[in-house]
Amino acid sequence: MLLALILIPLLGGAVAAVAESWGRLWPGRVAFLVLLAELALGAMLWGGAPSAPGPWLAEEVWPWIPRFGISFHLALDGLSLVLVLLTAFLGVMAVAASWREVSTRPGFYYLNLLWTLAGVVGVFLAIDLFLFFIFWEIMLVPMYFLIAIWGHEQRGYAALKFFIFTQASGLLMLISIVALALVHAQTSGVFTFDYPQLLADAMPEGAATWIMLGFFIAFAVKLPMVPFHTWLADAHTQAPTGASIILAGILLKAGAYGLIRFVVPLFPGAVAELAPLATGLGVAGILYGALLAFAQTDLKRMVAYSSVSHMGFVLLGVFAWNAIALQGAVMQLIAHGVSTGALFLLAGAIQHRLHTRDMGRMGGFWAYAPRMGALGLFFAVASLGLPGLANFLGEFLVLLGSFRVAPIPTAVAATGLVLAAVYALALVQRVFHGPPHPFADGLPDLDGRERGALGVMAVTLVVLGLFPQPVLDLTGPAIESMRQFAAVLAPPLAESEWRVLP
Amino acid sequence: MEGVAVSWIGLYALSPVIALSIAAVVVMLVSAWDRRHHTVALLTLAGLIGAAVLIPVAIRAVPQQVTELVVVDRYALFFLSLILIAGFATTVLAHTYLEARRERLGAALLPEFYILLLLAVTGAAVVVVSAHFAAFLLGLEILAMALFGMVAYPTYAERSLEAGIKYLVLAGLSSALLLFGMALVYAKVGIMAFGPMADALVLLAEVNEPLVMMGMAFILAGIGFKLSFVPFHMWTPDVYEGAPAPATAFLATVSKGAVFALLLRWFLEVELFRYEPVVLALTLVAVATMLAGNLLALLQDNVKRLLAYSSIAHLGYLLVALLSAGQLAVEAVGYFLVAYFVTTMGAFGVVSLLSSNGSQRDADHFDDYQGLFWQRPWLAGIFTIMLLSLAGIPLTVGFVGKFYLFAAGVNAALWVLILTMAVGSAIGLFYYLRLVAVMYQLPVPEAPPAAPPARALGSTLLLAVLTVLLLWFGVYPSALIDVIRANTLGVV
Repeated sequence: MLLALILIPLLGGAVAAVAESWGRLWPGRVAFLVLLAELALGAMLWGGAPSAPGPWLAEEVWPWIPRFGISFHLALDGLSLVLVLLTAFLGVMAVAASWREVSTRPGFYYLNLLWTLAGVVGVFLAIDLFLFFIFWEIMLVPMYFLIAIWGHEQRGYAALKFFIFTQASGLLMLISIVALALVHAQTSGVFTFDYPQLLADAMPEGAATWIMLGFFIAFAVKLPMVPFHTWLADAHTQAPTGASIILAGILLKAGAYGLIRFVVPLFPGAVAELAPLATGLGVAGILYGALLAFAQTDLKRMVAYSSVSHMGFVLLGVFAWNAIALQGAVMQLIAHGVSTGALFLLAGAIQHRLHTRDMGRMGGFWAYAPRMGALGLFFAVASLGLPGLANFLGEFLVLLGSFRVAPIPTAVAATGLVLAAVYALALVQRVFHGPPHPFADGLPDLDGRERGALGVMAVTLVVLGLFPQPVLDLTGPAIESMRQFAAVLAPPLAESEWRVLP
Repeated sequence: MEGVAVSWIGLYALSPVIALSIAAVVVMLVSAWDRRHHTVALLTLAGLIGAAVLIPVAIRAVPQQVTELVVVDRYALFFLSLILIAGFATTVLAHTYLEARRERLGAALLPEFYILLLLAVTGAAVVVVSAHFAAFLLGLEILAMALFGMVAYPTYAERSLEAGIKYLVLAGLSSALLLFGMALVYAKVGIMAFGPMADALVLLAEVNEPLVMMGMAFILAGIGFKLSFVPFHMWTPDVYEGAPAPATAFLATVSKGAVFALLLRWFLEVELFRYEPVVLALTLVAVATMLAGNLLALLQDNVKRLLAYSSIAHLGYLLVALLSAGQLAVEAVGYFLVAYFVTTMGAFGVVSLLSSNGSQRDADHFDDYQGLFWQRPWLAGIFTIMLLSLAGIPLTVGFVGKFYLFAAGVNAALWVLILTMAVGSAIGLFYYLRLVAVMYQLPVPEAPPAAPPARALGSTLLLAVLTVLLLWFGVYPSALIDVIRANTLGVV
C-alpha cells in the first residue's frame, strides 16, 4: 500500500514519457490521472486511519542492506499522510499549471514532475534514515532537470544553485546519519539506521549536538531558514510554473517535516540548547522575508520571498514544541502550500500571457481580467492571514503556542502579520489595481482550466479555515507521539488542554 | 631465504596471471600471421576470458605464497577479476574506436594495440599479487611500458604523442623515486618482502627511524605519481586528454586500481598507520587531492580533462578509506573501486563511442555534447547516470561507494577528511552538472555532433551492461557487499 504510493508516480512518470508518442497532450493527461489515483489512495488511507493500531497508520518493512542494518522501512502516520495528500493535491495543480505552458518535450517534463513527487512521497514515508536520505537526494535530480530545461532566462544558474545548496547540506546530513548510527551501535551494540530503534535509545550528550547540527542545517536549508534562504528566490523564480508550485508547496515542507520528525525527537537535549537561536532565526526570517518580499519588482520573486516569511512561522512553531504550536505549524504547512501554489499558478498564468514577471509593467489587470483579479485578491489576503482561512489558523496557533514558551520573540513575530498585509496588498495594488498598464492591453482572462484549479484551491483554504478539526484529529496523535520523545522542551499539556483547541 | 620452489598448487593459484602472459605472447604471434583486426581483438577477448575462467581454479588454491615475490589470496583475486573485466571492456571499446580510425591510422597498425593491452593487464595483475618490492616494481614497469605505447598509439595526433612522452618521463621519474625509496628501506631493514618487513620494522630501536621514514616518503611519492595524488598529479589531465579514449579508460581504471590495491595491502601489512609522519603526510595529501582535484575540474572545458580531475578527486576520497585502516576500510576500498571502475569505464566508454567516428580528435569538447540528449537520448541518458554516479547521487553505485567511505571515515573519527570529502563532493556537483546541463540544452544546435559508426554493437552493449551494473549495485548493494566481504576478510 505504502509502496504503491511511491510506485504510482514512479511508473506513471515512465508511462507519461512514453505517452509523448501518442500525442502532445497525452503526457499531461497521464500525469493528471496518475496523480488523481495517488490522491485517491491517500484518501483511502485516511479513511482507514481511525482503526489503525499502534503509532503508525500503516507500516511496511523489507530487508535491504543487512550489512549496515538498513531496511526498506516505510511507515505512515497522520503527519506524513497529510503531507502525502498535500503532495498529490499540489501535484494535480502543477499538472494543471503546466498544461498549456509546457510545449517542448512534454513527455520528459511530466516524467520529471512525477518522479520529483515520487521522491517527495518517499521522503514523507521513509523512516529508515538511509532510505530517507536516498529519497531526500533523489528528488533533487528530476527537479534539477525541471528547472534547468524548462525554466526561464537564468535557468541554468538557478538550477545549479538549488542543487548545490541542497546537496551540500544533504552531505552534512549523511555524515550525521552515519555518525548517529555508529554512536548508536557503540552504545547499544546494534548497528541500525531504523528510526524507531534509534529513537528508543538516548544519545550521549556530547556527540548529539554535532550530529544534530548536520540534520538541522540540511532541513534549515530546505525550509529555508535565514541565512540559508538565498537559493530559494532564484530557484522559485526561474522554475517553470509547475515546478515552482511543487518547490514552494511541497519541497519546502520536506524541510519542516524533517525538523519535526527527526531533529527534535532524536536530539531533544541538543535541540533545547539550539531552540533560542532557531526561534530567533525563525522570527528574523518572518520579518526579513516580508521586507524582501515587499521590495521585489519581480512577481514570482515576491511570492518566493513571502515563502521565507511564512516558513519562519513554521520554524517558530516547531521549536516551541508544544501541541498547539506544532498543530499550527502543520496547518501552516498545508495552508502555505495551497495559497503559495495558487499565487505561483497566477504568476505563471500572467507570465505565460505577457512574457514578463516585472510588476513595473503590470497594473489595472482587474479591468482586463476580472476573474484573475478576484482570485488574485483572494489568495493575497489568504497569504496575509485573513481570519476564516487556513493560513490565519496556522499562524494564529503557532503564535498562541509559542507565546507560552518564548513570549518576546513571539510578540516580535506577530508584527510579521502586519508586514504580510503590507506586501500582499501591495501585490494586489501593483498588479490588479491602479491605471491599466498599456503593456497588458487585451490580457485574456483565466481560462476554465485555470479557474477550476484555483477554485478548488480556494475552496480548500476556506474549508480548512472553517472546519480544521478533521485534519487536527489526524495529525494530533502523530504529533503527541513525537512530543513524548522530547518532552524536555515543552512540558506535555494535559490532553484536555489541547483538545479544547479548534 | 628459502630456495625458489614452486609447487603445483602455487601454479594453480597463479594460473590466471600465467594465462595472461601466455595470451599476450599468443596474440603477438598470431598477429604476425593474421593481421585482421577482428581476429586479433577476438583473440584478446578470449585470452582475458581464459584468465577469468582460471580464477575459480585459483580460488581453491588460495591463500598461497608463490615464491617470496608473489602472494595469491582472495583479496588479490578479487582485484584481478576487476582488472580482467576492465581489460575486457577496454578491448571492446578499443575495437570500435580503432575500427573507426582504420583509414587514418592505417590498417597495418591496428593489431598491436591489443598486445600492449594484454601486457598492461599482465603488469597490473602482477602488481596486485605482489608481496615484495621486486615483484611490485616489475609489474609496475610492465604496466607503464605497455601503457606508454597505448597512450601514444594514434601516431597521427600530436597531442597523443605529447601525452605519451609525458607519461613516459613521469613514469620513469616515479619508478626512480620508488626504487630509491625501496633502497633506503632495504638499507635499514635488509628485507623487501612485505610480511617480514613488518616484523623487522617493529624491532627497530626508534619508531620513526629517519632512514626508513625517508624511504617511505620516496615510495609514497612514487606511488603518488601513479595514483596522481596532489602534488604529483600534473601529468594526469594532459595524458588523459591526449590518449585515445579507450586507453584513457584503461589508464584511469586498471592502472590506478591495481596500484591502489597494492598500496592498501602494503599499508596494512607494514602497518604504516602506526607511523605518525606517514599518516600526517597522507592526510595532507588526501585533503589537497580532494580539494585540488575538484577545484581544478571547475575550470575545464574539455570532457576528458574534467574526468581526469574528477578521477584525481576520487583517488583522494579513496585515501580517506586507506587512512581509516580497518576491516570497514578494506571493504570500503573494495566497494569504492568497483564503483569507480564501473563509472569511469562507463563515462570514458561514452566518450570513446562518441569519438568512434574517424575524426582526428576525440569528442571531448563540451560542444560535442550540446543537446546530445535530444538526439541520442539513450547515450546521453547513460552518460548522465555515469556523471550522477561520479557525483555520488543515491541509487547509483557511486553513492554506495561514497557512503562506505563516509562510514569508514566516521568510524575512525577522521573528521577533517570527512568534511573535506563532503566539501569536495559539493564542488564536484558543480562541474558534473555543468556537463549534464550541456547535454540537455535546448534548443538543439544546428550542426549535430558527428554520428558514430553504425556497427558499434559491442560498445553499445557494454555501456548498457555497465549502466545496469551501476544501478543494480546502487539500488541493491547487498550482493556485492557480500562478495567483497568474503574476499577481503583477513587482509588486515
